[in-house]
Amino acid sequence: MKLGLVIDLDTCVGCHACAVACKEWNDGSAVAGPLPDYAPRGAAASGVWFNRVRQFEVGEYPTSKTLNVPMSCMQCEEAACVTVCPTGASYKRADGIVMIDADKCMGCNYCAWACPYGARELDDNAGTMKKCTLCVDRVNDQALPEAERQPACVLACPTHARSFGDFDDPQSHVSQLVREREGFGMLPDLGYAPVNRYLPPRKPPAIDVDADQAPKLGLLDRLQSLAGKLIRR
Amino acid sequence: MRPAFSVIFFTVLSGAGLGLVALALLGQMAGPGFVMTPRTHMAAVITGLALVGVGFLSSSLHLANPRNGWRAVTQFRHSWLSREAVLGIALFPVAGLYLVGVDAGHPGGVARWFGLSTVSLAVAILYCTGMIYACLRTIPRWHTGLVPASYLALGGYSGCLLALAFAAADGARVDGWVTLSLILLMVAAGIKGVYFRRFAAPGAEHTLPRALGVTTQAAKILDPGHTGGTFLTREFVFQVARERAVLLRYVFLVLSFALPLALVGWFSGSAVALGIAAIACLAGLVVERWLFFAEAQHVVRLFHGQQAV
Repeated sequence: MKLGLVIDLDTCVGCHACAVACKEWNDGSAVAGPLPDYAPRGAAASGVWFNRVRQFEVGEYPTSKTLNVPMSCMQCEEAACVTVCPTGASYKRADGIVMIDADKCMGCNYCAWACPYGARELDDNAGTMKKCTLCVDRVNDQALPEAERQPACVLACPTHARSFGDFDDPQSHVSQLVREREGFGMLPDLGYAPVNRYLPPRKPPAIDVDADQAPKLGLLDRLQSLAGKLIRR
Repeated sequence: MRPAFSVIFFTVLSGAGLGLVALALLGQMAGPGFVMTPRTHMAAVITGLALVGVGFLSSSLHLANPRNGWRAVTQFRHSWLSREAVLGIALFPVAGLYLVGVDAGHPGGVARWFGLSTVSLAVAILYCTGMIYACLRTIPRWHTGLVPASYLALGGYSGCLLALAFAAADGARVDGWVTLSLILLMVAAGIKGVYFRRFAAPGAEHTLPRALGVTTQAAKILDPGHTGGTFLTREFVFQVARERAVLLRYVFLVLSFALPLALVGWFSGSAVALGIAAIACLAGLVVERWLFFAEAQHVVRLFHGQQAV
């Protein structure tokens, strides 16, 4: 098993619903929570989040595009955070989920240094490192209806930009999405083999600008264009 | 990277302590020009061990949950931090047994083997300290063999200056220590010089467009997704002004190399002057370690708006 997420950068609208749903579920989770807030109503509100949505502009105006990029633990196959952990608190489950045993963590921050994605954040109150568990206490909870055995972020996404599944199964929905849309893993040259995949924005269809299909300019338009050339602005 | 002072003091103090222990032991075996009286020799080794001990205690101050600190000895098969902890703990009984032998007036035989084991442990611990940083691919300025090399060279050099001060206090011949200090000075300064040259330009190993999977286009951040700071901005998005970094680099070079060079050159017989040289060197190394952290750039900075690291 190789559990992970597929995130569609084409349909993500950057609403942060996944981040908020993650915070809500995991704050009450016995496995990952609580997720502390520091000065939540102060000017510099801060706290532990497992999922952060960042917004980028890609390309140059006027053909630029806004890219909303939610980032959480990529459940790397070669998880450096686990390798460097001196206490054995960080470990990788057989299903691929990278976990932290809070009872063993000494809060040295070393795993956070090893993570290129900023997926690990220290809980200042507990003194232990915290991270995304892929909602391990949802996806394995037999008491939940099967449709709800998914990470909170996936269920919350209003544009269905997020999918959860097993990347080891070539017929799974996530594997198919990655094949169809050429999903990529972030920063592959670091060699950590991230499992989560991002689907790049679809290419917009090319606009046909054939010369004889171009609209004919009226007299007024031509005058305006001439004036535009003559007047230096 | 945010410079953590507990870690800075740890690496500087334990580095010098390990260098002092290793060189004092090797010097005692090497012969004329290095040999101290048994009393001074033991004082030097004990001082070295004390520096290592204080350094290790200092390093535990940066733990958010020190109650679990003892577990750091469990993952020595794959974690450099754990290896450092295991070897660091092993150093004290082994060096202690050596000291017992010396104290009993039998520095040869079994004590000699404990002595050589102590030297190996000290070198191995210094290497582990360097590898803790060098194994991180996320920080290009740390992910280089120059890092363990500089930890070994600077630990040996600062330890050698301390050993020289001890030998001078003894009133014995110190010409061996003076020569060794100057050789280690050149090696350490050379390695740091290569390091500074290698990373003189801003990093370009990882770029934001490539991280976002858009290789041919420009990319820039519009919104980092948080209003106040986060753990990530506090830990990784530390910025040191270029002019300040250059100034601090000169402070390091003067304190750690120029001043000790002058003092060793002119007052090689005065234990006080040599003590000042060693302390100046350690102060310079604190500046060097601060820069080592402050100038290191983690790839997560790409996702906070930096174009390349």
